[in-house]
Amino acid sequence: MLVKLSINGEQYEADVEPRLLLVHMLRDVLRLTGTHIGCDTTHCGACTILMDGRPVKSCTIFAVQARGKQLMTVEGLEQDGKLHPLQEGFMAEHGLQCGYCTPGMLMTSFAFLKKNPRPSEDDIRWAISGNLCRCTGYVNIVKAVQHAAAQMA
Amino acid sequence: MIPAAFAYHAPSTIGEATALLAKLGEDAKVLSGGQSLIPLMKLRLASPAHLVDINGIPGLSGIRETDGFLRIGALTRESELEESEIVRSRYPLLHDTSKVIADPLVRNLATIGGNLAHGDPANDHPATMLALGAEVVAVGPKGERRMPIASFFTGPFETGLKPDEILTEVRVPSPPARSGGAYLKLERKVGDFATAAVAAQVTLAANGACESVGIGLTNVGLTPIKATKAEASLKGKAPDEATIKRAAELAAEAAEPSADLRGSVEYKKDLVRILTTRALRKAVERANTRR
Repeated sequence: MLVKLSINGEQYEADVEPRLLLVHMLRDVLRLTGTHIGCDTTHCGACTILMDGRPVKSCTIFAVQARGKQLMTVEGLEQDGKLHPLQEGFMAEHGLQCGYCTPGMLMTSFAFLKKNPRPSEDDIRWAISGNLCRCTGYVNIVKAVQHAAAQMA
Repeated sequence: MIPAAFAYHAPSTIGEATALLAKLGEDAKVLSGGQSLIPLMKLRLASPAHLVDINGIPGLSGIRETDGFLRIGALTRESELEESEIVRSRYPLLHDTSKVIADPLVRNLATIGGNLAHGDPANDHPATMLALGAEVVAVGPKGERRMPIASFFTGPFETGLKPDEILTEVRVPSPPARSGGAYLKLERKVGDFATAAVAAQVTLAANGACESVGIGLTNVGLTPIKATKAEASLKGKAPDEATIKRAAELAAEAAEPSADLRGSVEYKKDLVRILTTRALRKAVERANTRR
């Protein structure tokens, strides 16, 4: 089935089997490998992308369901060679250790800060509760999001 | 994990969708939010030959209060319930519930209709809808019918829906003055199913006695459980500590949990007792602030 969609503002299309998961289309067909596959069981959130502005787990959506949608992946954060304040924040505050959960953390935080630009620490912890960091580096992840919120204010 | 191959159908009207279901029979499953179905398909616990995706059918989502009901379209996402001002201010039990289903990312796709139609006793809306005395609307090739939620859950992962019917709407009776509710859930971590959870809804009479009471239990039986004896024990009585204690004991007796990694039978029954006590207290407190 032909899937046409927009990713990070660019048009893409691919002919895929209905059972192909969206994350596999992103990584294996379109070669956008920034989005990670973690648990593959809808728990960890490493595969989080934005679909029509909402963060969702791309391992739990079929690619055919994304026909006509606007997607944003971690590759869309950097603009004109300049990192997004969230990416800067994760660097400055050491918000990543192994880096595996980072693309998902970034995308969830990106959507969250659009909705809540001045969040409390509790708000941030609530927002990222569907993203797991197996290094358990949550303290610095929260600081990284706070760093970005301050930069963007 | 790769699901088994299936044929994908994306009808644009309810009529088209129910005609497809009638034709395909038991080989077809309805795809709404997909947050339970797709994981089951990836584990090959479900391998439907056909998926009928209802996400492209207009008019199946939205929240409005009319004709004495809160009418919630079946495709309404949990995050929409969570953010709804009318749900937050007028249906605190439903607001509580929508905040603790799975995790924030799953709630952006998961739907209220799917949560009920899946028939999973571990899901959260069933107990809440039992406590609220809701009804569900189903549409099939022969038209529309309404079912009271109390007779909707017929077995584990089984509901009163026929294979060619689609759940289109959930109707919650608008609460009278002096009504309140609460949902309390114990989970090991965000995103886990409840070890146990309790939904309580009360309406108080002018003299402070319980005029109507609804109590639903999550994940402590083969189906969601309506704790009818506990409800009856409160009716017509002032909800004082002794009355709430007795109702909580009756709710614990109604629970039929099985032992698993989340706890023993005794532990879960006692958890139901404690959660019922706290949910009733909170429901009464909220009813008293909404005159």
